[in-house]
Amino acid sequence: MKAAPFKYVRAQSLEHCLELLSEHGDDARLLAGGQSLLPSLALRLSAPALLIDINRVQELSGEPQVTPDVVRLPALTRHADLITSPVVQTYLPLLHRAAPWIAHPGIRHRGTTGGSLALGDPASELPACALAAGATFILQSKSGGLRRVPAQSFYQGMFRNACAADEMIVAVEFARMDAMQTGFKEVARRRGDYAMVGLAAQARRRGQRLTDVGLSFFAVGDYPVLATQISQAIEAADTPAQAVTMALEVYEREMQPSADLWCSSQAKKYIGRSVLEDVIHDLFQ
Amino acid sequence: MTCFNDLAPDTGRTIELQLNGQSVLAQVSVRQHLGDFLRESQGFKGTHIGCEHGVCGACTVRVDGRAVRSCLCLAVQADAAQVFTIEGLSDDPVVRALQDSFVRCHAMQCGFCTAGMVLTAAELLQAQPEPSREDVREYLSGNYCRCTGYESIVNAVMDAAQTLRKAGGGAR
Repeated sequence: MKAAPFKYVRAQSLEHCLELLSEHGDDARLLAGGQSLLPSLALRLSAPALLIDINRVQELSGEPQVTPDVVRLPALTRHADLITSPVVQTYLPLLHRAAPWIAHPGIRHRGTTGGSLALGDPASELPACALAAGATFILQSKSGGLRRVPAQSFYQGMFRNACAADEMIVAVEFARMDAMQTGFKEVARRRGDYAMVGLAAQARRRGQRLTDVGLSFFAVGDYPVLATQISQAIEAADTPAQAVTMALEVYEREMQPSADLWCSSQAKKYIGRSVLEDVIHDLFQ
Repeated sequence: MTCFNDLAPDTGRTIELQLNGQSVLAQVSVRQHLGDFLRESQGFKGTHIGCEHGVCGACTVRVDGRAVRSCLCLAVQADAAQVFTIEGLSDDPVVRALQDSFVRCHAMQCGFCTAGMVLTAAELLQAQPEPSREDVREYLSGNYCRCTGYESIVNAVMDAAQTLRKAGGGAR
Protein backbone atom coordinates (compact mmCIF):
# COMPACT_ATOMS: atom_id res chain seq x y z
CA MET A 1 0.00 0.00 0.00
CA LYS A 2 2.83 2.38 -0.74
CA ALA A 3 2.89 4.76 -3.68
CA ALA A 4 5.32 4.09 -6.50
CA PRO A 5 8.21 6.57 -6.53
CA PHE A 6 7.46 10.01 -7.90
CA LYS A 7 9.05 13.39 -7.96
CA TYR A 8 7.45 16.17 -5.99
CA VAL A 9 7.41 19.90 -6.48
CA ARG A 10 5.64 22.42 -4.34
CA ALA A 11 4.30 25.07 -6.70
CA GLN A 12 5.18 28.52 -5.40
CA SER A 13 2.69 30.46 -7.48
CA LEU A 14 0.11 29.93 -10.19
CA GLU A 15 2.69 30.92 -12.78
CA HIS A 16 5.11 28.31 -11.45
CA CYS A 17 2.36 25.70 -11.48
CA LEU A 18 1.31 26.44 -15.08
CA GLU A 19 4.96 26.41 -16.10
CA LEU A 20 5.41 22.94 -14.62
CA LEU A 21 2.19 21.69 -16.23
CA SER A 22 3.27 23.02 -19.58
CA GLU A 23 6.63 21.30 -19.24
CA HIS A 24 5.40 17.95 -17.94
CA GLY A 25 1.79 17.67 -19.18
CA ASP A 26 0.38 14.18 -18.75
CA ASP A 27 3.39 12.97 -16.75
CA ALA A 28 2.39 15.29 -13.93
CA ARG A 29 -0.60 15.27 -11.62
CA LEU A 30 -1.78 18.18 -9.50
CA LEU A 31 -1.90 17.42 -5.80
CA ALA A 32 -4.71 19.47 -4.26
CA GLY A 33 -6.52 17.85 -1.33
CA GLY A 34 -5.12 14.47 -2.32
CA GLN A 35 -8.10 12.61 -0.93
CA SER A 36 -8.66 10.70 -4.17
CA LEU A 37 -5.19 11.02 -5.69
CA LEU A 38 -3.23 9.63 -2.74
CA PRO A 39 -5.44 6.51 -2.44
CA SER A 40 -5.04 5.92 -6.16
CA LEU A 41 -1.25 6.19 -5.76
CA ALA A 42 -1.28 3.89 -2.72
CA LEU A 43 -3.33 1.32 -4.64
CA ARG A 44 -1.03 1.86 -7.62
CA LEU A 45 -3.94 2.66 -9.85
CA SER A 46 -1.86 5.55 -11.06
CA ALA A 47 1.85 6.29 -10.99
CA PRO A 48 2.57 9.80 -12.25
CA ALA A 49 6.21 10.80 -12.62
CA LEU A 50 5.66 14.15 -10.93
CA LEU A 51 3.27 15.50 -8.31
CA ILE A 52 2.77 19.25 -8.35
CA ASP A 53 1.57 20.28 -4.91
CA ILE A 54 -0.68 23.31 -5.32
CA ASN A 55 -1.75 23.66 -1.69
CA ARG A 56 0.30 26.78 -1.06
CA VAL A 57 -0.60 28.62 -4.25
CA GLN A 58 -2.17 31.86 -3.03
CA GLU A 59 -4.04 32.53 -6.28
CA LEU A 60 -5.98 29.27 -5.85
CA SER A 61 -6.88 29.83 -2.19
CA GLY A 62 -9.00 32.22 -0.22
CA GLU A 63 -12.59 32.97 0.58
CA PRO A 64 -15.48 32.61 -1.86
CA GLN A 65 -15.98 35.92 -3.69
CA VAL A 66 -19.50 37.26 -4.14
CA THR A 67 -20.62 39.70 -6.82
CA PRO A 68 -24.23 40.77 -7.47
CA ASP A 69 -24.54 37.86 -9.91
CA VAL A 70 -22.09 35.12 -9.11
CA VAL A 71 -20.05 33.43 -6.42
CA ARG A 72 -16.55 32.43 -7.39
CA LEU A 73 -14.98 29.55 -5.48
CA PRO A 74 -11.19 29.30 -5.68
CA ALA A 75 -10.01 25.82 -6.66
CA LEU A 76 -8.63 25.11 -3.19
CA THR A 77 -11.93 25.71 -1.37
CA ARG A 78 -12.13 22.77 1.05
CA HIS A 79 -15.31 20.72 1.28
CA ALA A 80 -15.52 21.61 4.98
CA ASP A 81 -15.55 25.32 4.03
CA LEU A 82 -18.69 24.74 1.96
CA ILE A 83 -20.42 23.72 5.19
CA THR A 84 -19.06 26.50 7.42
CA SER A 85 -18.87 29.47 5.03
CA PRO A 86 -21.75 31.93 5.60
CA VAL A 87 -21.34 33.08 1.98
CA VAL A 88 -21.88 29.57 0.66
CA GLN A 89 -24.80 29.00 3.02
CA THR A 90 -26.53 32.19 1.87
CA TYR A 91 -25.70 32.36 -1.81
CA LEU A 92 -24.98 28.75 -2.78
CA PRO A 93 -27.44 26.74 -0.69
CA LEU A 94 -27.19 23.73 -3.00
CA LEU A 95 -23.49 23.33 -2.20
CA HIS A 96 -24.14 23.93 1.48
CA ARG A 97 -26.70 21.10 1.41
CA ALA A 98 -24.53 18.75 -0.62
CA ALA A 99 -21.22 19.19 1.23
CA PRO A 100 -22.11 17.17 4.36
CA TRP A 101 -22.69 14.21 2.06
CA ILE A 102 -19.11 14.31 0.78
CA ALA A 103 -17.14 11.54 2.49
CA HIS A 104 -16.27 12.11 6.16
CA PRO A 105 -15.04 15.07 8.26
CA GLY A 106 -11.34 14.11 8.03
CA ILE A 107 -11.60 13.97 4.24
CA ARG A 108 -13.70 17.12 3.91
CA HIS A 109 -11.00 19.07 5.73
CA ARG A 110 -8.53 18.48 2.92
CA GLY A 111 -10.56 17.62 -0.18
CA THR A 112 -11.05 20.56 -2.54
CA THR A 113 -13.74 21.84 -4.88
CA GLY A 114 -11.31 22.12 -7.80
CA GLY A 115 -9.96 18.64 -7.25
CA SER A 116 -13.36 17.03 -7.01
CA LEU A 117 -14.63 18.85 -10.10
CA ALA A 118 -11.51 18.00 -12.10
CA LEU A 119 -11.57 14.31 -11.17
CA GLY A 120 -15.29 14.02 -11.88
CA ASP A 121 -15.77 10.76 -10.04
CA PRO A 122 -19.09 9.41 -11.32
CA ALA A 123 -20.40 9.03 -7.76
CA SER A 124 -19.27 12.37 -6.40
CA GLU A 125 -21.53 15.20 -5.35
CA LEU A 126 -19.93 18.43 -6.57
CA PRO A 127 -19.80 17.69 -10.32
CA ALA A 128 -23.54 16.98 -10.23
CA CYS A 129 -24.15 20.21 -8.30
CA ALA A 130 -22.10 22.13 -10.87
CA LEU A 131 -24.20 20.71 -13.70
CA ALA A 132 -27.54 21.25 -11.98
CA ALA A 133 -26.60 24.85 -11.23
CA GLY A 134 -25.07 25.57 -14.64
CA ALA A 135 -21.69 26.47 -13.14
CA THR A 136 -18.78 27.75 -15.20
CA PHE A 137 -15.30 26.30 -14.78
CA ILE A 138 -12.41 28.71 -15.11
CA LEU A 139 -9.47 26.92 -16.72
CA GLN A 140 -6.00 28.24 -17.23
CA SER A 141 -2.85 27.14 -19.01
CA LYS A 142 0.42 28.74 -20.02
CA SER A 143 -0.25 28.22 -23.71
CA GLY A 144 -3.95 29.13 -23.81
CA GLY A 145 -4.36 31.57 -20.96
CA LEU A 146 -7.76 31.70 -19.29
CA ARG A 147 -10.91 30.17 -20.68
CA ARG A 148 -14.39 29.54 -19.36
CA VAL A 149 -16.07 26.17 -19.85
CA PRO A 150 -19.69 25.48 -18.89
CA ALA A 151 -20.06 22.47 -16.57
CA GLN A 152 -22.34 20.90 -19.15
CA SER A 153 -19.54 20.55 -21.70
CA PHE A 154 -16.72 19.89 -19.21
CA TYR A 155 -17.36 16.20 -18.62
CA GLN A 156 -16.70 14.03 -21.64
CA GLY A 157 -16.44 10.48 -20.35
CA MET A 158 -15.45 8.46 -17.31
CA PHE A 159 -12.67 10.50 -15.69
CA ARG A 160 -12.30 12.46 -18.92
CA ASN A 161 -12.85 16.18 -19.14
CA ALA A 162 -12.23 19.27 -21.24
CA CYS A 163 -8.90 20.15 -19.57
CA ALA A 164 -5.90 19.99 -21.89
CA ALA A 165 -2.79 18.25 -20.52
CA ASP A 166 -1.26 21.58 -19.53
CA GLU A 167 -4.48 23.08 -18.18
CA MET A 168 -6.06 23.25 -14.76
CA ILE A 169 -9.19 24.47 -12.98
CA VAL A 170 -8.33 27.67 -11.13
CA ALA A 171 -11.83 28.51 -9.93
CA VAL A 172 -15.50 27.75 -10.47
CA GLU A 173 -18.27 30.28 -10.79
CA PHE A 174 -21.84 29.65 -9.75
CA ALA A 175 -24.71 32.00 -10.49
CA ARG A 176 -26.05 33.12 -7.13
CA MET A 177 -28.89 30.88 -6.06
CA ASP A 178 -30.28 32.77 -3.07
CA ALA A 179 -33.58 33.22 -4.93
CA MET A 180 -33.68 29.60 -6.08
CA GLN A 181 -35.11 26.47 -4.53
CA THR A 182 -32.59 23.68 -4.08
CA GLY A 183 -32.88 19.95 -3.60
CA PHE A 184 -30.29 17.32 -2.84
CA LYS A 185 -30.49 13.68 -1.92
CA GLU A 186 -28.29 10.65 -2.10
CA VAL A 187 -28.59 7.07 -0.98
CA ALA A 188 -25.45 5.27 0.18
CA ARG A 189 -24.89 2.12 2.17
CA ARG A 190 -23.25 4.11 4.94
CA ARG A 191 -23.08 7.84 5.53
CA GLY A 192 -20.07 9.15 3.66
CA ASP A 193 -19.75 6.24 1.26
CA TYR A 194 -19.98 6.79 -2.44
CA ALA A 195 -23.57 7.21 -3.53
CA MET A 196 -25.58 4.35 -4.98
CA VAL A 197 -27.79 7.03 -6.53
CA GLY A 198 -27.82 10.76 -5.93
CA LEU A 199 -29.54 13.82 -7.34
CA ALA A 200 -28.71 17.53 -7.15
CA ALA A 201 -31.29 20.09 -8.27
CA GLN A 202 -32.25 23.71 -8.30
CA ALA A 203 -35.24 25.60 -9.67
CA ARG A 204 -37.15 28.84 -9.43
CA ARG A 205 -40.57 28.60 -7.84
CA ARG A 206 -43.50 30.55 -9.19
CA GLY A 207 -46.52 29.62 -7.12
CA GLN A 208 -47.47 26.06 -7.97
CA ARG A 209 -44.97 25.82 -10.80
CA LEU A 210 -41.22 25.51 -11.19
CA THR A 211 -39.08 27.13 -13.87
CA ASP A 212 -35.36 27.06 -14.68
CA VAL A 213 -35.15 23.50 -13.38
CA GLY A 214 -31.67 21.95 -13.34
CA LEU A 215 -31.43 18.31 -12.33
CA SER A 216 -28.33 16.16 -12.34
CA PHE A 217 -28.22 12.55 -11.20
CA PHE A 218 -24.92 11.06 -10.09
CA ALA A 219 -23.62 7.51 -9.64
CA VAL A 220 -25.85 6.38 -12.50
CA GLY A 221 -23.37 6.57 -15.37
CA ASP A 222 -19.81 7.34 -16.40
CA TYR A 223 -20.15 11.00 -15.49
CA PRO A 224 -22.94 13.28 -14.31
CA VAL A 225 -25.34 14.56 -16.96
CA LEU A 226 -28.29 16.91 -16.90
CA ALA A 227 -31.68 15.17 -16.80
CA THR A 228 -33.08 17.64 -19.31
CA GLN A 229 -36.23 15.75 -20.24
CA ILE A 230 -37.21 15.29 -16.61
CA SER A 231 -36.61 18.98 -15.98
CA GLN A 232 -38.87 19.86 -18.90
CA ALA A 233 -41.60 17.59 -17.55
CA ILE A 234 -41.40 19.32 -14.18
CA GLU A 235 -41.54 22.76 -15.80
CA ALA A 236 -44.64 21.73 -17.77
CA ALA A 237 -46.58 20.68 -14.66
CA ASP A 238 -49.20 22.93 -13.07
CA THR A 239 -49.02 21.54 -9.54
CA PRO A 240 -46.44 19.82 -7.33
CA ALA A 241 -48.35 16.54 -7.52
CA GLN A 242 -48.45 16.72 -11.28
CA ALA A 243 -44.73 17.55 -11.38
CA VAL A 244 -43.96 14.33 -9.51
CA THR A 245 -46.21 12.22 -11.75
CA MET A 246 -44.89 13.70 -14.97
CA ALA A 247 -41.26 13.54 -13.86
CA LEU A 248 -41.58 9.90 -12.84
CA GLU A 249 -43.20 9.07 -16.17
CA VAL A 250 -40.18 10.41 -18.05
CA TYR A 251 -37.82 8.82 -15.52
CA GLU A 252 -39.38 5.38 -16.12
CA ARG A 253 -39.00 5.75 -19.83
CA GLU A 254 -35.58 7.38 -20.09
CA MET A 255 -33.42 6.50 -17.11
CA GLN A 256 -31.03 3.62 -17.62
CA PRO A 257 -28.49 3.63 -14.78
CA SER A 258 -25.20 1.76 -15.26
CA ALA A 259 -24.54 -0.89 -12.64
CA ASP A 260 -21.48 -0.57 -10.45
CA LEU A 261 -19.66 -3.21 -8.39
CA TRP A 262 -22.16 -3.03 -5.57
CA CYS A 263 -25.46 -2.07 -7.08
CA SER A 264 -27.32 -3.40 -10.13
CA SER A 265 -28.92 -1.17 -12.72
CA GLN A 266 -32.37 -2.29 -11.56
CA ALA A 267 -31.60 -1.46 -7.93
CA LYS A 268 -30.34 1.97 -8.92
CA LYS A 269 -33.42 2.60 -10.98
CA TYR A 270 -35.62 1.61 -8.05
CA ILE A 271 -33.73 3.83 -5.59
CA GLY A 272 -33.67 6.71 -8.07
CA ARG A 273 -37.48 6.90 -8.13
CA SER A 274 -37.76 7.83 -4.49
CA VAL A 275 -34.72 10.11 -4.72
CA LEU A 276 -36.36 12.01 -7.58
CA GLU A 277 -39.68 12.26 -5.78
CA ASP A 278 -38.04 13.57 -2.60
CA VAL A 279 -35.98 16.13 -4.48
CA ILE A 280 -39.04 17.45 -6.33
CA HIS A 281 -40.72 17.89 -2.95
CA ASP A 282 -37.61 19.78 -1.76
CA LEU A 283 -37.89 22.10 -4.74
CA PHE A 284 -41.45 23.00 -3.76
CA GLN A 285 -40.58 23.63 -0.09
CA MET B 1 12.19 29.49 -10.76
CA THR B 2 13.21 26.95 -8.20
CA CYS B 3 11.57 24.11 -10.04
CA PHE B 4 14.71 22.69 -11.62
CA ASN B 5 16.41 21.95 -8.32
CA ASP B 6 13.16 20.52 -7.03
CA LEU B 7 13.14 17.92 -9.77
CA ALA B 8 16.23 16.11 -8.50
CA PRO B 9 15.66 12.40 -7.70
CA ASP B 10 13.95 11.57 -4.43
CA THR B 11 16.91 11.65 -2.11
CA GLY B 12 14.76 13.23 0.57
CA ARG B 13 13.56 16.60 1.69
CA THR B 14 14.06 18.49 4.86
CA ILE B 15 10.90 19.50 6.62
CA GLU B 16 10.42 21.56 9.73
CA LEU B 17 7.22 21.32 11.71
CA GLN B 18 5.74 21.64 15.16
CA LEU B 19 5.02 18.11 16.34
CA ASN B 20 3.18 17.66 19.63
CA GLY B 21 4.36 21.11 20.64
CA GLN B 22 8.04 20.53 19.79
CA SER B 23 9.98 21.84 16.83
CA VAL B 24 11.10 18.98 14.64
CA LEU B 25 13.56 19.09 11.75
CA ALA B 26 13.59 15.90 9.72
CA GLN B 27 14.58 14.37 6.43
CA VAL B 28 11.73 12.62 4.61
CA SER B 29 11.29 10.76 1.38
CA VAL B 30 8.65 12.53 -0.70
CA ARG B 31 6.59 9.38 -1.09
CA GLN B 32 6.36 8.79 2.65
CA HIS B 33 2.94 9.60 4.07
CA LEU B 34 2.56 11.54 7.26
CA GLY B 35 1.39 8.50 9.24
CA ASP B 36 4.52 6.51 8.46
CA PHE B 37 6.65 9.55 9.25
CA LEU B 38 5.00 9.96 12.65
CA ARG B 39 5.43 6.29 13.53
CA GLU B 40 8.66 5.26 11.90
CA SER B 41 10.71 8.42 12.03
CA GLN B 42 9.29 10.11 15.12
CA GLY B 43 8.19 7.10 17.17
CA PHE B 44 4.64 8.27 17.81
CA LYS B 45 3.06 4.86 17.50
CA GLY B 46 -0.28 5.95 18.90
CA THR B 47 -1.14 6.79 15.30
CA HIS B 48 -2.29 3.48 13.86
CA ILE B 49 -2.01 2.67 10.19
CA GLY B 50 -4.98 0.64 9.04
CA CYS B 51 -5.97 0.66 5.40
CA GLU B 52 -3.54 3.27 4.03
CA HIS B 53 -6.04 4.52 1.50
CA GLY B 54 -8.29 6.74 3.51
CA VAL B 55 -11.10 4.35 4.32
CA CYS B 56 -10.68 3.40 7.97
CA GLY B 57 -9.79 6.59 9.84
CA ALA B 58 -7.44 4.81 12.29
CA CYS B 59 -4.52 7.08 11.34
CA THR B 60 -6.38 10.31 12.11
CA VAL B 61 -4.15 13.08 13.50
CA ARG B 62 -4.61 16.82 13.97
CA VAL B 63 -2.94 19.02 11.35
CA ASP B 64 -3.26 22.79 11.78
CA GLY B 65 -6.22 22.27 14.07
CA ARG B 66 -8.17 19.91 11.87
CA ALA B 67 -8.56 16.14 12.09
CA VAL B 68 -7.15 14.58 8.94
CA ARG B 69 -6.15 11.14 7.75
CA SER B 70 -2.37 10.95 8.02
CA CYS B 71 -2.20 8.30 5.29
CA LEU B 72 -3.71 10.80 2.84
CA CYS B 73 -1.18 13.52 3.50
CA LEU B 74 2.46 13.33 2.48
CA ALA B 75 5.01 13.97 5.19
CA VAL B 76 6.58 16.61 2.98
CA GLN B 77 3.23 18.45 2.99
CA ALA B 78 3.45 18.81 6.77
CA ASP B 79 6.36 21.20 6.35
CA ALA B 80 5.62 24.27 8.51
CA ALA B 81 2.45 22.67 9.85
CA GLN B 82 1.40 22.13 13.44
CA VAL B 83 0.76 18.44 13.96
CA PHE B 84 -0.63 16.67 17.00
CA THR B 85 -0.89 12.95 17.51
CA ILE B 86 -2.80 11.33 20.36
CA GLU B 87 0.40 11.40 22.45
CA GLY B 88 0.53 15.17 22.38
CA LEU B 89 -3.08 15.80 23.34
CA SER B 90 -3.46 14.25 26.78
CA ASP B 91 -3.55 17.73 28.30
CA ASP B 92 -6.31 18.85 25.98
CA PRO B 93 -9.39 18.85 28.24
CA VAL B 94 -11.70 17.47 25.55
CA VAL B 95 -9.32 14.66 24.61
CA ARG B 96 -8.72 13.92 28.30
CA ALA B 97 -12.46 13.69 28.97
CA LEU B 98 -12.92 11.39 25.99
CA GLN B 99 -10.08 9.13 27.09
CA ASP B 100 -11.62 8.85 30.57
CA SER B 101 -15.05 8.16 29.10
CA PHE B 102 -13.66 5.53 26.73
CA VAL B 103 -12.25 3.71 29.76
CA ARG B 104 -15.40 4.18 31.82
CA CYS B 105 -17.73 3.02 29.04
CA HIS B 106 -15.52 0.12 27.85
CA ALA B 107 -15.39 1.79 24.46
CA MET B 108 -12.46 -0.19 23.18
CA GLN B 109 -11.74 -3.80 22.55
CA CYS B 110 -8.54 -4.17 20.60
CA GLY B 111 -7.86 -0.42 20.74
CA PHE B 112 -6.69 -0.16 17.16
CA CYS B 113 -9.26 2.45 16.15
CA THR B 114 -9.29 4.31 19.46
CA ALA B 115 -6.84 7.14 18.80
CA GLY B 116 -8.62 8.00 15.55
CA MET B 117 -12.01 7.80 17.23
CA VAL B 118 -10.90 10.07 20.08
CA LEU B 119 -9.35 12.70 17.80
CA THR B 120 -12.39 12.75 15.52
CA ALA B 121 -14.82 12.87 18.46
CA ALA B 122 -12.78 15.67 20.07
CA GLU B 123 -13.28 17.78 16.99
CA LEU B 124 -17.04 17.17 17.13
CA LEU B 125 -17.28 18.08 20.82
CA GLN B 126 -15.27 21.24 20.34
CA ALA B 127 -17.68 22.43 17.67
CA GLN B 128 -20.83 20.99 19.17
CA PRO B 129 -20.90 20.47 22.94
CA GLU B 130 -24.36 18.90 22.94
CA PRO B 131 -24.46 16.42 20.08
CA SER B 132 -27.22 13.86 19.64
CA ARG B 133 -26.33 10.17 19.31
CA GLU B 134 -27.11 10.54 15.63
CA ASP B 135 -24.65 13.45 15.35
CA VAL B 136 -21.96 11.34 17.00
CA ARG B 137 -22.61 8.39 14.70
CA GLU B 138 -22.48 10.62 11.69
CA TYR B 139 -19.29 12.38 12.71
CA LEU B 140 -17.61 9.06 13.43
CA SER B 141 -18.94 7.43 10.27
CA GLY B 142 -15.50 7.67 8.65
CA ASN B 143 -13.82 5.72 11.46
CA TYR B 144 -14.01 1.95 11.42
CA CYS B 145 -14.02 -0.16 14.56
CA ARG B 146 -13.20 -3.63 13.38
CA CYS B 147 -14.36 -5.13 16.67
CA THR B 148 -17.72 -3.46 15.83
CA GLY B 149 -17.88 -1.79 19.23
CA TYR B 150 -19.71 1.24 17.93
CA GLU B 151 -22.46 1.30 20.56
CA SER B 152 -20.03 1.71 23.46
CA ILE B 153 -18.00 4.23 21.50
CA VAL B 154 -21.07 6.40 20.96
CA ASN B 155 -21.90 5.94 24.67
CA ALA B 156 -18.41 7.15 25.57
CA VAL B 157 -18.63 10.25 23.39
CA MET B 158 -22.03 11.12 24.88
CA ASP B 159 -20.60 10.51 28.34
CA ALA B 160 -17.63 12.78 27.64
CA ALA B 161 -19.92 15.49 26.30
CA GLN B 162 -21.92 15.35 29.51
CA THR B 163 -18.78 15.42 31.67
CA LEU B 164 -17.49 18.45 29.82
CA ARG B 165 -20.79 20.28 30.13
CA LYS B 166 -20.87 19.57 33.86
CA ALA B 167 -17.31 20.81 34.18
CA GLY B 168 -18.56 24.01 32.60
CA GLY B 169 -17.10 24.34 29.16
CA GLY B 170 -15.90 21.66 26.83
CA ALA B 171 -16.25 23.90 23.82
CA ARG B 172 -13.42 26.26 23.16
